[in-house]
Amino acid sequence: MTETTVHNAGAERIAAAFANSGKRAALMPYLMGGFPTTALSLEIGLAYADGGADLVELGIPFSDPLADGPVIAAAGTAALRAGTTVASVLEVCAGLAQRMPVVIMCYANQVLARGAEDFAARLRDAGASGLIVPDLPMEEAPTVLAACDAAGLALVPLVAPTTPDDRLRAIGSRARGFLYTVSVTGTTGEREAPLGDRVAAVVGRAKAATDVPVALGFGITTPEQASEAADAGADGVIVGSRLVREAAEAADPAAAVREVVAGLADGLS
Amino acid sequence: MSTVEHRFGPYGGQYVPETLMPALGELEAAWEVARADAGYQAELQELLRDFAGRPSRLYRARRLSEHAGRPLYLKREDLNHTGSHKLNNAIGQALLAMRMGKRRIIAETGAGQHGVATATACALFGLECVVYMGLEDTKRQRPNVERMELLGATVRPVEAGTGTLKDATSEAIRDWVTNVQDTHYIIGSAVGPAPYPSIVRDLQRCIGDEARATLLEREGRLPDRVIACVGGGSNAIGIFTAFVGDPGVQLIGVEAAGEGIASGRHGAPLTVGGRAGVLHGSMSAVMQDEEGQITEAHSISAGLDYPGSGPEHAFLRDSGRARYVAVTDDDALRAFAAVTRLEGIIPALETAHAFHYALEEPSDSTLDLICLSGRGDKDLAQVLEKLGGVEL
Repeated sequence: MTETTVHNAGAERIAAAFANSGKRAALMPYLMGGFPTTALSLEIGLAYADGGADLVELGIPFSDPLADGPVIAAAGTAALRAGTTVASVLEVCAGLAQRMPVVIMCYANQVLARGAEDFAARLRDAGASGLIVPDLPMEEAPTVLAACDAAGLALVPLVAPTTPDDRLRAIGSRARGFLYTVSVTGTTGEREAPLGDRVAAVVGRAKAATDVPVALGFGITTPEQASEAADAGADGVIVGSRLVREAAEAADPAAAVREVVAGLADGLS
Repeated sequence: MSTVEHRFGPYGGQYVPETLMPALGELEAAWEVARADAGYQAELQELLRDFAGRPSRLYRARRLSEHAGRPLYLKREDLNHTGSHKLNNAIGQALLAMRMGKRRIIAETGAGQHGVATATACALFGLECVVYMGLEDTKRQRPNVERMELLGATVRPVEAGTGTLKDATSEAIRDWVTNVQDTHYIIGSAVGPAPYPSIVRDLQRCIGDEARATLLEREGRLPDRVIACVGGGSNAIGIFTAFVGDPGVQLIGVEAAGEGIASGRHGAPLTVGGRAGVLHGSMSAVMQDEEGQITEAHSISAGLDYPGSGPEHAFLRDSGRARYVAVTDDDALRAFAAVTRLEGIIPALETAHAFHYALEEPSDSTLDLICLSGRGDKDLAQVLEKLGGVEL
């Protein structure tokens, strides 16, 4: 099913993180860069690593985050108000990349602002391994994909429950690093209910469509849900809003998220 | 292969979460079939005629023409049912939604005109209706909030960002991402991911088609200039489209200069130019900083208070076929007062921007056609408050 297997430094580092997680699935927490401050976001990311994270998704805040629910959107707004820039998030990236692979998450207009080649090169120079752009579907992705390939970054595409099988295969064949599989029809945000049987079908469909690992995200909140995702066959589990909320509310964010990440890691042991 | 445009030159496209891509494909396929379907067209035309009151009148303004020193023809979309051109699109898309089996409708609104039009179409067809409106706009356009609620719609105020049209649009898109299986999103302007800019243009082009035919019949000639206000640009693309193939007709889109272009507090991305960007699913002229963050627009008129623009307008600008200019808050207020007193027509504040340009900018035009996109009753409270501070 793979058109051409692309090997690049970012994709290889991501592949190693999946292979060496020592858990039933890799744990991939999301971090909003610059939230609550640049320094604290670095501390929080390091606490993720201490708690057992295998890979981190680092968000660059955007003014109009269409794929994000209220928790991550509000964190992004706060980070921007605090003066967060691409450069300041890339400092956090450089700090975290010494501990684990970093995949940057941001929106299409941020990538295109100074050109995809320039953006990809900056990410590579900051030690990032990959890039996720939730409003860049396959049709709009070719120039960004070429820029990422050239820079040795994995451009990680997303698939959704609404994605039909033929489209899923087309996206899966272009995936680098992993295939970000959205578990629900909706935006990011915590959901308490068990994932249920539906997720097995979502993961199964994704795994049949690609050679790269399949990571499940959007709405995964508890260790039980993380365990369910692993049971369903997911190679990785992405947790975002749960941790961003902890960063927003806890008196000692780093200690608080370390504990939550450790709990999620237990769920995957 | 679809005949619905995905790009207008470099502009347009589909920059949306993957979750929506199948729905955009379904919408495009449904529109291709519907717009060529005799049954759909017959129902749409009947409703536009008997429910909306189309064709809208073309009025040769008496005293404004005298004031300008040339005939000004006004395309009276203010006389369309619900008081603006927005109903043309809302009825067409609501019919389309029902053909797709979707009975829950969402919409964004700035001035409230599109929200009222959508709520009206939903009342007409018995559809569930949720309208997202910036918190700031719910305050300055209170009468339209009340109208929507009376019509049975749920109005959800959006606090995020500046609480204006941009934020309402983002929130509507998030709703659609979540409820896409049973929901159709009726975008109110010629913006958004493909196929929306094409659908909205196709449904609004009746404005220009009617005006062109009526003017030829009455004056035996075409206008020298066609002038319309531009927020996202639906009334403008609606009146421009019929004239794009008439090289002698100047097409002029009037954006909001707000407190002045130099102040940075405006809503004039087409006029200002600069690097194109992605907002709400398409590539077009947008207001943004060097890192690609969308910046805040400002305009006294909620309908023009938007940092983006329709992709076809960006294309018409680059090709030189249309020209885009901007008019300040204060000048729009003056035009609002002038049109009201000289002609007995209270225009929407949005439309007042177009009037200022037509009335006050020197031109050798011998006949202007202005899209009177909506009535201004909704703006009364705000205008009465502000007029005291402006020298008329």
